[in-house]
Amino acid sequence: MAKSKIRSPVSRLEGLWQPGILLTALVFSIPVLTIASFLLYPSGDIWQHLVDTVLADYLLNSVLLMTGVGLGTFSMGVTCAWLTSLCQFPGKKFFIWTLLLPLAMPAYIIAYTYTGMFDFAGPVQTQIRDWTGWEYGDYFFPEVRSLGGAIAMLSLVLYPYVYLLARAAFIEQSVCVIEVSRTLGCSVWASFYRVALPLARPAIVAGLSLALMETLADYGTVSYFGIGVFTTGIFRTWFGLGDSAAAAKLAAILLLFVFSLVVIERWSRQRAQYHHTTNRYSQLPVYRLTGARALIACVACALPLIFGFILPAFQLSLWAIDTYAVMIDSSFFKLVLHTILLGVSTALLAVLLALFMVYGRRVLASKLVFASIRVVAIGYAVPGTIIAVGVIIPLTWFDNTLDSYMREHFDVSTGLLLSGSLFALMFAYLVRFLAVSIQSVESGLVKIKLSMDEAARSLGRKSADILFNVHLPLMKGSVLTALLIVFVDVMKELPATLILRPFNFNTLAVRAFELASDERLADSSTAALMIVVVGLLPVILLSKSIASSRAGS
Amino acid sequence: MTFQLEVENLDVRYDNYQVLNQISFALESAKIGCILGPSGCGKTTVLRAIAGFEPAFGGRILIDQIEVSSSHYCMATERRNIGMIFQDFALFPHLSVADNIGFGLKSWPAKERQERVQELLAMTGMPAYGQAYPHQLSGGQQQRVALARAMAPRPGLLLMDEPFSSMDVDLREQLAREVRDILKQENITAILVTHDQHEAFALADEICVMNEGRIEQRDSGYNLYHQPVNRFVADFIGQGVIIPATVESRHSVRTELGSIEGKLPPQREKGALVDVLIRPDDVIHDDDSSETAIVVDKSFRGADFLYFLRMDSGIEVMCLAPSHHNHKINERIGIRLDVDHLVIFDRSN
Repeated sequence: MAKSKIRSPVSRLEGLWQPGILLTALVFSIPVLTIASFLLYPSGDIWQHLVDTVLADYLLNSVLLMTGVGLGTFSMGVTCAWLTSLCQFPGKKFFIWTLLLPLAMPAYIIAYTYTGMFDFAGPVQTQIRDWTGWEYGDYFFPEVRSLGGAIAMLSLVLYPYVYLLARAAFIEQSVCVIEVSRTLGCSVWASFYRVALPLARPAIVAGLSLALMETLADYGTVSYFGIGVFTTGIFRTWFGLGDSAAAAKLAAILLLFVFSLVVIERWSRQRAQYHHTTNRYSQLPVYRLTGARALIACVACALPLIFGFILPAFQLSLWAIDTYAVMIDSSFFKLVLHTILLGVSTALLAVLLALFMVYGRRVLASKLVFASIRVVAIGYAVPGTIIAVGVIIPLTWFDNTLDSYMREHFDVSTGLLLSGSLFALMFAYLVRFLAVSIQSVESGLVKIKLSMDEAARSLGRKSADILFNVHLPLMKGSVLTALLIVFVDVMKELPATLILRPFNFNTLAVRAFELASDERLADSSTAALMIVVVGLLPVILLSKSIASSRAGS
Repeated sequence: MTFQLEVENLDVRYDNYQVLNQISFALESAKIGCILGPSGCGKTTVLRAIAGFEPAFGGRILIDQIEVSSSHYCMATERRNIGMIFQDFALFPHLSVADNIGFGLKSWPAKERQERVQELLAMTGMPAYGQAYPHQLSGGQQQRVALARAMAPRPGLLLMDEPFSSMDVDLREQLAREVRDILKQENITAILVTHDQHEAFALADEICVMNEGRIEQRDSGYNLYHQPVNRFVADFIGQGVIIPATVESRHSVRTELGSIEGKLPPQREKGALVDVLIRPDDVIHDDDSSETAIVVDKSFRGADFLYFLRMDSGIEVMCLAPSHHNHKINERIGIRLDVDHLVIFDRSN
């Protein structure tokens, strides 16, 4: 279809629209481009030192961590998805949505909590010693603060990505293919392995890629457990060795990992579309489990839920009850205020930018705009650490250049204008979370078909009128969802905030991390619990929407 | 005679691709016109140009004697006083049925608006559904709401873009007749775009057959079937075969099945080779006839059989016979020609 000026409800802006979107995409690619350019940057002494000493460790640990988390999220995610989509057992409805709850639990928070519970001095080991009379070294207990521990923590909170996508795939598979396989002599398990699982493979791979992106992005857990991976390496090089170029080079290598995951994820999502065998769905065939089998299914679904959410939330609450009276003071309110201020303003900006871009795509229907949105959408995969380094390097350069120019010509020092300001922090958040808000806003806009605009026009309504009476009511839900998701993501974000926050500017996440790092686990619980509780909101929204969507029924 | 809609030499281009080529037609007040054609022929573009969603590259469009589109002007859709029914109905999902219907009546006083909505709900047979929401309705009901919504402001012209395409085939003709009754009752001038000739026959007073951006023929349904002006129309409307013939005299041609009498175009010389259109109802099954053919295939259609017959020369024709004449495949049956309308084309190579 050709562009026609008549179609757009806001056609007068069209001339500036496309350049505006291209500029936005360009500005938002600066951090990633900056980091990527360091791949070509000549190596300094410190870099050579890193290569000689720690780089191999970083690589090995990252690969081990990814393998472990991959296996963990796969086994938990696929098992639960299969049980809750195609089997019937007591409590299934409860598990369908509660299995998403660990999404609300940031990995660094679950890590503090488990350390507090299972460390040598924690209640569990103390109790064991009390009962048995053993001393230190008399018995074996798995070390929480280890690579294995990090794998367990990350798997427990990241499996919902695999669960969500695998479950959607199992549900969307037409029942026919499973029934056909059974008429061809496959048993229940054979039809799972030979038909359902291969058909869901692209969706599962996409879910795994998302979980692994989060694994690479994690800083809080690995740093708390003292594991040398890329994110911790970047921090050490940046703050410990003070070499921004070497830190950026580490970030660049991490970026290569991330991009491979992005490619795998996008490729899998495309393939997933071809795996729809038919558009006809009937009631899902349900394998009715009874007796011991039902019990096993229940336990299999209960374990990730208990260990990924209930147990840590319980522990946090216990601590919080103990300590809140001391912790909640005026400085705590300031933390909350900062967090809300950052979250709300970033969320508003993210949604405005998303509306600007998504409406631009609808009205302009141009390939350049389409490509711009895809470029911006990569941000969700890029770890906060990389973005932070990618933001601070160009901003520092800008500040220094401006400063020396102003000194030279006007004899005024502008100092560090942007770097170290809230502007830098919010820009980094937007780079990372704009994709999320675009996705949500877009899901609302696709529901407003072009013919609805045309119908309203044929009924004599003008552009602004259509915007308010048709678009606004229909978009409200997805815009609010976008606001909420970005707000919560900003609230949970740790590494970028740690690097970019202005001096003495703290948020809940930063405060919880600092207290935990000082071994004040119980004191960190009030802030941590607050993050978890607010984080539950989008998870509840998500679980509501998956409960109400059942293709074909 | 005054026309409610006039389209004159309309050209529409997408970038440099010509979608519509010199489209001209006019529609009298309170008549229902139809643009009929295969998918991709440009028929929806005609409708969208009339609605003002596509600008005209050349030519012009007049609605109620007022120029609304020309190469240098395109009146905004909302000022054209048209109503439109979309293929997907485009009902507003956040509004009730009554609010959907009242959407175009914004400037009406509340009382009149309410009365008009009630009137339309009654007219479309849905008085109990005013407070329902679109997703609670069946496809047929949604279609009626779309019709009521488009008619509510009493538009000077109603445009319908494949309005029945999402309906069950069984329902389409019935709905088309219902819609025709409602339109006639309200004296509405309307244009229907469709690829389904049965819909066109059921609803329209006159039909434009379109192909590749041009109008091939503008006529009643009866004439399109019996007197197609070219092979495209002959092929697109109804069934039939084209068989070779020789001009015998000023009034007849000779085919393998015998002579056919009728009016010939004046320039046909005696002995000229031509092609003749033979419809299934032109071939009569007659056991007494000396001409025979072998049944190659047949399809049972309830009241009649459609036979596919091969004659000795290898030429195949179709024959519509009452269904009590049940012959087997490979049986030889007697046939004769009874052609009311002689349709002749140049011999194709």
